[in-house]
Amino acid sequence: MYKVVIGLEVHCELKTKTKNFSNSLNTYSTVPNEHVATVDMGLPGILPVPNKEAVRKALKTAMALNCQNPDEVIFDRKNYFYPDLPKGYQITQVTKPCGINGYLDIFVGEEEKRIFIHQLHLEEDTASLEHYNNYSLIDYNRSGIPLMEIVTEPCITSSDEAISFLEALRNVFLYCQVSDARSDKGQMRCDVNISLMKPDDDKLGTKVEMKNINAFTSVRAAIDYEIKRQTEILDQGGKVKQETRRIDEDGKTYPMREKVDAIDYKYFIEPNIPPVKLSKEYLDSIRQEIPVLEFERIKNYQQDYGLSFYDASVLAKDKGIADYFEAVIKEGAKPIESVANWVMTVVLGTLNKLDITLEEFFITPKMLAGVLKLINEDKISLNHGKKIIYQAIKEKKDPIDIIKENNIEQIKDDQIILQHVKDALEENPLQVDQYIKEGKDYVKNFFVGKVMQKTNRQADPVLTLDLIVKELEKRKDNERK
Amino acid sequence: MDYRHKTIMDLRSCLDEGKVTAEELFETAKDLAKQYQEQDNSFVSICDKFKMKQSQSLLSGIPYGLKDNISTSGILTTASSNILKDYIPVYDATVYQKLKQSGAVLVGKTTLDELAMGGTGTTAHTGIVKNPWDSARMIGGSSAGSAASVARGVVPFAIGTDTGDSIRKPASFGGVVGFKPTYGRVSRYGLFAFASSLDHVGCLTRNVLDAAIVTDVIKGYDPLDMTSLKDDGKEYHKMVNNSIKGRKLFYIKEACDLDNYQDQDDSELIETLKQFHEVLDKLRGIGFEIEGISFDKDLLNAIYPAYMTISCAEATSNNANLTGIQFGPRGEGNSIEEIMFDARSKGFSELIKRRFILGSYILQKENQERLFLNACRVRRLIVDKVNELFKKYDGLIMPASGGIAPLFGTKSDQLSDRYLLLENHLAIGNFGGFPSITVPAFFVDAMPVGINITGRIMEDDVVLMMAQAMENILKCKNMVAGDKIV
Repeated sequence: MYKVVIGLEVHCELKTKTKNFSNSLNTYSTVPNEHVATVDMGLPGILPVPNKEAVRKALKTAMALNCQNPDEVIFDRKNYFYPDLPKGYQITQVTKPCGINGYLDIFVGEEEKRIFIHQLHLEEDTASLEHYNNYSLIDYNRSGIPLMEIVTEPCITSSDEAISFLEALRNVFLYCQVSDARSDKGQMRCDVNISLMKPDDDKLGTKVEMKNINAFTSVRAAIDYEIKRQTEILDQGGKVKQETRRIDEDGKTYPMREKVDAIDYKYFIEPNIPPVKLSKEYLDSIRQEIPVLEFERIKNYQQDYGLSFYDASVLAKDKGIADYFEAVIKEGAKPIESVANWVMTVVLGTLNKLDITLEEFFITPKMLAGVLKLINEDKISLNHGKKIIYQAIKEKKDPIDIIKENNIEQIKDDQIILQHVKDALEENPLQVDQYIKEGKDYVKNFFVGKVMQKTNRQADPVLTLDLIVKELEKRKDNERK
Repeated sequence: MDYRHKTIMDLRSCLDEGKVTAEELFETAKDLAKQYQEQDNSFVSICDKFKMKQSQSLLSGIPYGLKDNISTSGILTTASSNILKDYIPVYDATVYQKLKQSGAVLVGKTTLDELAMGGTGTTAHTGIVKNPWDSARMIGGSSAGSAASVARGVVPFAIGTDTGDSIRKPASFGGVVGFKPTYGRVSRYGLFAFASSLDHVGCLTRNVLDAAIVTDVIKGYDPLDMTSLKDDGKEYHKMVNNSIKGRKLFYIKEACDLDNYQDQDDSELIETLKQFHEVLDKLRGIGFEIEGISFDKDLLNAIYPAYMTISCAEATSNNANLTGIQFGPRGEGNSIEEIMFDARSKGFSELIKRRFILGSYILQKENQERLFLNACRVRRLIVDKVNELFKKYDGLIMPASGGIAPLFGTKSDQLSDRYLLLENHLAIGNFGGFPSITVPAFFVDAMPVGINITGRIMEDDVVLMMAQAMENILKCKNMVAGDKIV
């Protein structure tokens, strides 16, 4: 058995109105070259003007990943020639990245694990190339889109950990609202570095790099395949080649190029962007925008609310749902276990069923809390509550109004119920006789049904049963006398 | 009307009084441009059609030349390089935009040393630019065509760019005024970058007031250039005649004292320095306090290598967009590397390739600390030293060059004191972003020589005032090549 050492480099496109250094729109488009400014094409004479929002979002993510922020923002040039890089250099951050030395706590299954972040920096995306038989086309839509790169330390030891980390990281992006992080749109992409070593070795094994993997499932497949491939090589006494490999649709990895020597990118500080000092006030204002993140919420829900790990994870998976859940509790709904249940079944179920977002969901936390309160106070039954919620969603009406309009609050007045019970007994002498003379106990349920019919199902069922039994027993006694 | 000797203000009066129309001025300038094109080669393109926007600016209707490394939408802009020989930009540089708005009338795009690298005016893809005072001599560069067209009297002003001395040196060789304002005073947006941290946009004129008028139009904050300065709200052309009484200037003794060159057989240099000191005496006579100070000679000797190191490094990266992929002649080859390699091999002259290779070498991981970062440190030391002196002095005064425009074919000894101390000190102005102006001052061997004044950062107005005071006592105002020397 070998020790697996994995480091990830995750690229994430930031959600901003415009591109990182130009004023063309940062919008996903299927029409090529629709959002292109002179700056994005690297025409002679252009100058970059950094996007404040992109810088802010990169700093925010860095904070969410517990990184140290720099004292000032500066950019560097990474110089290399490639047709998708119109300026011949990429503006990135080497000297002072937006964040260094951070970490992200994640759950791998139910186990806690800390993934260390080497650095987070802000850069610009390249154009995209489309290759045909004997020519290639360049689409500049992507050129200059703000891109955040997050580099982990080589501290990941399995594909499970890698996927858990990527999912947790994506949730940080979503929680902080810095990116839509859609891997199907290439908004989140990942490079995987992987090496194997003997458990007692103190030196890392030879590193294989796999570039630009979009889907998380492919990341898992690539890692698992590489572990198998490298294990076989090492078992046979062979040496793993230092190279870059790509993953194919068959889930196998294939060599792309050998890495003889690392390319010298001749980094130097971008002279067209003067350093901008970061004030404490500015950084504090960003910090205040960071919500309680998924990991912490899962822990809180377990500790503070006594929820199971599973329930806590389901609720914390989406910030909107988690916020909704917390808001319902804040409105005074009890017990928490039942609130969790309702959010997971009724709310999430409806969202899935109707394929709508939480913003489109008609029931506010306050409305839901109102209904749950009535149930908790036994004013309406659980089933009734659910029916009313579904009716409210359908009719886009406040459920409390529905309850009031239809007068369907539970009847708790025993005088009223008693009258209905007496009426029911009068109307059904046969069944009364069955109870008194034949001792058929189940007859009482028949009468509950009758009372429910008479009260439009509003009679408190427990109270009703109680009164029915009392009345029947009274008649039994009278019979004996 | 003697168009060629007219200042901007003269032309302004003629236009305002209806003695001439803007279109007539343009036609005159265009005809002169064509007439002297074969002789001087000042222009890459000469405009055919008169085009102007009405405005209240002093420059409204005034013809001018624009260096061909400044982006002009729809007008060929070549940077005098083969790799851009057919390049027609799709956007306007900010400086061009401002001139357009002011109603100034573009006559042509002026020749430069290829990609603004080099100081000889001999490396343009369209051939060498000759000095209008003596066609056997260089005009210098890189703003060669801008200097030559103003010296010839084709246009009253031309826009140039200056990374080491590219406005101020040819100004000296051409007997015209060359002004490079503070770094950031004029937007660089649309200037084809050579070395971004050193690049400046400025102007060439035939007198100091005209330089102030042009600067007033082209200066100002530009949201497209993050290094551009907030506008200082000043109108320089209204300030040039302010008193300079009590202003203090220093010159560098190691470079300017005749004693340092006793053993050298360089009569041109000796004559230049003699006349320089005579001018200093005259300046003292009108109220300047001038002292020679001793600079660190090692630092002085380091100006040229530091400049070359930094500028080549930045240039390599800045010109990496010229691959023939997005624009420019497409190279041939079987792979993308071969195609780019071919386009760049054919597109650049030897000198450019040499500088790119140097720049690339300088930036390599193993050399960067020793070469690039050390050059940046030297730059910082020099700027700190000059800023220290600027606490006491209002400006640095120096001969803009160690002599007159060189003859074609002559090579300077790049390790000589004259070369290291007198031919390259103007780069100090680029290192620190200081405002710096060359004013024609005297003649040596019937060729003009300029004196340069460099001042504190942001104090463009003070530099212009001091230059105006100097111009007033010299007899070199509004000269056109061929004028009888007084």
